[in-house]
Amino acid sequence: MPPVITAEGLYKVFGRRPARGVEALRTGRTREQLREDGLTAAVIDASFSVDPGEMFVVMGLSGSGKSTLIRMVNGLLPATAGTLDIGGKDLNSMSTAEVRDVRRKRISMVFQHFALLPHRTVGENAAFGLEISGLNRSEREAKASEALQMVGLKGWEGYRPSALSGGMQQRVGLARALAAGTDILLMDEAFSALDPLIRRDMQDQLIDLQQRLEKTVVFITHDLNEAMRIGDRIAMMRDGRIVQVGTSEEILNEPANDYVAKFIQDVDRSRVLTASAIMEHPPAVLGAAQGPRTAHKLLRETQNPWLVVLNRDHTPAGVIWENDIADAVQSGRDDLPLTAAHGVHIVQHDTPIADLFAPAAQHLNPLVVVDDDGKFEGVIPRVTLLTAAGAVADSSPASPPSPDAPTESGFGHGAQTGFRDTADHEGNENR
Amino acid sequence: MNPDDSLIPRTPVGDWAESGIDWLTQNASGLFDLISTMFNFLVGNLTYGLTALEPLVMIVILALIAWIVRSWKLALGTALTFLLVLSMEQWVHMMETMALVLVATVIAVLIAVPVGILAARNRVVSSIVRPGMDFMQTMPAFVYLIPAVTFFSIGVVPGMVATIIFALPPGVRMTELGIRQVDGETVEAGEAFGASPWQILRGIQLPLAVPTIMAGVNQVIMLSLSMGVIAGMIGAPGLGKEVVAAISSLDLALGVEAGLGVVILAVYLDRLTAALGDRGSYTGSLLAAIQRARARRLTPTT
Repeated sequence: MPPVITAEGLYKVFGRRPARGVEALRTGRTREQLREDGLTAAVIDASFSVDPGEMFVVMGLSGSGKSTLIRMVNGLLPATAGTLDIGGKDLNSMSTAEVRDVRRKRISMVFQHFALLPHRTVGENAAFGLEISGLNRSEREAKASEALQMVGLKGWEGYRPSALSGGMQQRVGLARALAAGTDILLMDEAFSALDPLIRRDMQDQLIDLQQRLEKTVVFITHDLNEAMRIGDRIAMMRDGRIVQVGTSEEILNEPANDYVAKFIQDVDRSRVLTASAIMEHPPAVLGAAQGPRTAHKLLRETQNPWLVVLNRDHTPAGVIWENDIADAVQSGRDDLPLTAAHGVHIVQHDTPIADLFAPAAQHLNPLVVVDDDGKFEGVIPRVTLLTAAGAVADSSPASPPSPDAPTESGFGHGAQTGFRDTADHEGNENR
Repeated sequence: MNPDDSLIPRTPVGDWAESGIDWLTQNASGLFDLISTMFNFLVGNLTYGLTALEPLVMIVILALIAWIVRSWKLALGTALTFLLVLSMEQWVHMMETMALVLVATVIAVLIAVPVGILAARNRVVSSIVRPGMDFMQTMPAFVYLIPAVTFFSIGVVPGMVATIIFALPPGVRMTELGIRQVDGETVEAGEAFGASPWQILRGIQLPLAVPTIMAGVNQVIMLSLSMGVIAGMIGAPGLGKEVVAAISSLDLALGVEAGLGVVILAVYLDRLTAALGDRGSYTGSLLAAIQRARARRLTPTT
């Protein structure tokens, strides 16, 4: 799918004859030199694209130009130079009426300080965008109520915004943007004015709504943890320039420059990095239908004290240890000693590392990582988790936690041969 | 005469103004006649309306308005003080002054609000209007009476014109201020949802500026009242004429009674318009009670 928003070489310069400033910047003059001429370069040569349904976060400190950038996306601030495509049309070459039409039909916005109309009720506020577009009263009230219900404010239509808490007011702001029915949502530090607990709630709700409604979201924040938490991709801004665009893992593991590296120092990696980032692929796995002898052979080959056992549909059945297998072989049993005592703790691939420590402490077994369908993906032995934790605490971006390189091939061979070969040769394995 | 008039020649600004006024009198008499007819019609009818009813009935109505907009306390105070005016035999004069003030206020607001809006939206207009307003406000009020009489001869019309000019500035200033101080993000929100400038003005800026604009209207009324009294000097009917008569005959008793009438009217109009601009603060008013009842009906009982 083509991107919804494409920005090419966007510039925004404030002051008299701003085009002059763009020329100067292109010939290598710095922002500071421009300031001496009375020009303020807010956004310099910004290029990025946002895909449909993506949560694109622009992250930067105050004065980095992020608020200016988001206002250029819906034309509140026209670009001094560069192009900005919304669905294949350049916003900067549109007439005022066309831009207004884009704002009514395609882009809505949520503001840092909510920007609700105090003289209108919550319901009327939520219906504001539709009222502007000229929708009749009953229809816009229905849509506004629907949007308010989505953000959890059902029944509050008749109240004034002043009767609501900050978090609830911002929900009204969100409902107003959702009710407008646009496919693009611009959020300008939307949660920055809320206290941390409510902010987390709102982040969760936004992620949920965005996935459900498939909105394209451009989210501005100065909070890197927030950016890492909700962003599919993050654009890091500094002094008007975009210094890096990438996923949170890319930014954590390969910061583009010292500025980004310094910035991510304080990020709680254990909240950003997930189980799949540190998991290992075991050298071999065992099919649940296979016998203790195969298990014994595999353990000897892999020099591992335990084995992950998988069902036929690749869901984990359990973890077995070498002494149990040895017992089973001696007592001549044909089935695997999979008892409740060897139960396994299963974690999702997207669980943050921070949430892995508690289960790891309770179980001797390695944690088993599964994908969204519950199929086996890899394991996290305690040692790996602790090593990763060490790297996280160290937080030097040069040493990313536990790469999965050495076990990649092992999984491919070990797992497959474990199933096929051993099944074929089981009869010959008697010793 | 200047001591050094040989150095700096006399500039006959006054003469210029006079010849300008003369020119207007000769060439724009049609316009002045039209204004004259219109004002006479408005004030005449309003005065007639205010005095047509029995004074006691009128007092009840005015007290009721006070209750609707503000509180039962103001209603009670209104009834008592207006009864005093009635017993001082200043009732008709007070109604005449009220008619003049109300018509002047309405016309001043009709001019001031659009000018204020223009000034708020356009820096050039603002920089022209501002010194104009300063001029109108600081020029001694009596000076307006002279050209007003030249244009409209004596009576209520020149009084009203002078009143309007004198009372206009706070209306313009407060409208401009009110619109300018509307939160920028809220206006931005309007733009972000694709509102046209007109939709933003009507739906966001004006409603949010209402308290400030009403404070301006309150000032307009107060200035109208003070100017309305001065206009008594050129024959505008009402309490002002009584005050002027009291001055010329050194009649202290009449002066006190007419002056008290002005004070009572001023307090009434001031409290009323202050409440209109800040409706949220007056929960004891009948209007607020009606709104509460409506809100109760609309709120779901969950």
